[in-house]
Amino acid sequence: MTRPALGGNRTGAPLDIDPEVPGARSLRSGALAVTLLVALIALALISAGSGQLHVPPLEVLGSIMHRLGLDIGPMPSHANGESALWNIRFPRVAMALVIGAALAAAGLLMQAIFGNPLAEPGVVGVSGGAALGASATIVFGWAFLGEWTVAVTAFVGGLAATLIVYAMSRANGRTEVITLVLTGIAVNAVTGAGLAFLTFLGDTAAREQIVFWQLGSLNGSRWQQFGIVLPLVLVGLVIAFVVAEQLDLLSLGEKSARHLGVNVEGLRILVILVVALLVGASVAFAGIIAFVGLVIPHLMRMIIGPAHLPLLVVSTLGGAVLLLGADLVARTAVPLADLPIGMLTSLVGGPFFFWLLRRTRRSSGGWG
Amino acid sequence: MSVPVVGRRFAVPEPLRPGELAIDASSVGVVINGKRILHDVTFDARAGEVHALIGPNGAGKSTLLATITGDQTLAEGRITVAGRPLQAWSARELSRRRAVLLQHNDVFFPFTVQQVVEMGRAPWQRTELERDDDEAVAAAIAETDIARLSGRQVPSLSGGERARAALARVLAQRTGILLLDEPTAALDLRHQEDVLRLAREAAAAGDAVIVVLHDLNLAAAYADRISLLQQGRLVTTGSPAEVLTAERITEVYRYPVEVVTHPTSGALVILPIR
Repeated sequence: MTRPALGGNRTGAPLDIDPEVPGARSLRSGALAVTLLVALIALALISAGSGQLHVPPLEVLGSIMHRLGLDIGPMPSHANGESALWNIRFPRVAMALVIGAALAAAGLLMQAIFGNPLAEPGVVGVSGGAALGASATIVFGWAFLGEWTVAVTAFVGGLAATLIVYAMSRANGRTEVITLVLTGIAVNAVTGAGLAFLTFLGDTAAREQIVFWQLGSLNGSRWQQFGIVLPLVLVGLVIAFVVAEQLDLLSLGEKSARHLGVNVEGLRILVILVVALLVGASVAFAGIIAFVGLVIPHLMRMIIGPAHLPLLVVSTLGGAVLLLGADLVARTAVPLADLPIGMLTSLVGGPFFFWLLRRTRRSSGGWG
Repeated sequence: MSVPVVGRRFAVPEPLRPGELAIDASSVGVVINGKRILHDVTFDARAGEVHALIGPNGAGKSTLLATITGDQTLAEGRITVAGRPLQAWSARELSRRRAVLLQHNDVFFPFTVQQVVEMGRAPWQRTELERDDDEAVAAAIAETDIARLSGRQVPSLSGGERARAALARVLAQRTGILLLDEPTAALDLRHQEDVLRLAREAAAAGDAVIVVLHDLNLAAAYADRISLLQQGRLVTTGSPAEVLTAERITEVYRYPVEVVTHPTSGALVILPIR
């Protein structure tokens, strides 16, 4: 009996399939990615030049080019311009960029393994867990790993919170909205109590630090911190890109994903570690910045659809753009004041979350 | 013929020979939460046949299928797939050997039908059969009559449409073994017949097909062999004519039926006595 190999062509002649559908989709993803990238660069130049000491974007660009050894563009005209850019503004812009990308990617990853578009590090308490770990370091003055200590304790706190939420809230391979939200309330209550206790224990300086931590801020970002956050986030993002296509299959439920060859248990553990890594690295130096991981993946999914690989590309870019923008507003909205950035993202993200909840409730006829 | 492994490419498994044992379950027992669901069930399926699992609600049909897919762990007994113990297969290898259609086929995010069917090709990534991806997807979409739905988002479809999209994904996977758990449950008359006809065609092309069915007439019309389960035990296995007798069905389903032979087609027809 002649029979083609398994998985092979059975009908012989290749059928014509409409190439328009996937083509149009990838075209849209590409256009969106380019748009976000241009916005990212423009916003970074504007943001770096904005503040009490104004540097026009062209001079910002010129300053970067001269550092790269290229004699292009004007140098900052103000006497302190160069120093303000390289010692204060650029580290802050770089941190906003990396942390925005990390938080958006972490949100997307959580949504994939929870099977729920409302999963987000801040909402379910992962950020709170990480903040608890970081605050303990401040209050107890731990320094067993030098500058890295706070990042490591934030990672451990975030990991513990992710594991707890994951273990408590899932049933049949996904998490229902109501369970997710209630688990988040419970976890946030416990981390809130822990933070309150640490605030009570700490001295005045530690207290102030913890309070600002909870508000979330990029104020005082230094290159040294960036040097810690960047490698951690890069590792997390690389792993996320490697597993992105498998996350699509998880959308079919974990049994069907397994039947399509996914090592579901291994993938879950890996993704949870990556989420804790991304959130821990972000929270360690910027505090709790909620809702980036909710708003960005959701908007991007509305534009290019749910396939995880392109979604991850545009979400990391979108997260970076959002946080750059939010940080610019935080620094410039009120003269001579540096507003907490976490307050701004929550101001926008809270109502957005509410709108999503209402919509989910309506569309699924309940709390599915 | 063996397929050489080039670089990071994976080898493609040999197809089963006609009549070769695809699934062999011997003395399988299952206990869930202290309750015994299956007792000592011995069951097999061969390449080239459609083997239907029937029985009343709670008889253990889906549980038996779940043991074969690996979703349900065994209390006793053993299962081999294509001659190899089930637990010796990695998820990836198994996904190139057998495809599984579950009863519930929700998709958590708004993937289109086209995208979901494409997911059926995931096991063949980085094998030489990647080149057939587009053709396999297009063929599966045509066979399951969902071409006009291919751009629609799966969560917005009706139950029956979703079931057909899931079936298309399983067909696109093109493994030699198909395990289908109540594929006709949400479907209208025409699509029920279509699904079983597809199962028959797959078997004719050399696949082993195991299908859980509720409709005894569909089982009578399309199965080569039928296994009848009752309260976790295998009552009998055999051809439709051997298994579907009026006395046996009446007893197992606890409802009187007549089994008649259709005057022109000669098909078995099971009629409840009303």
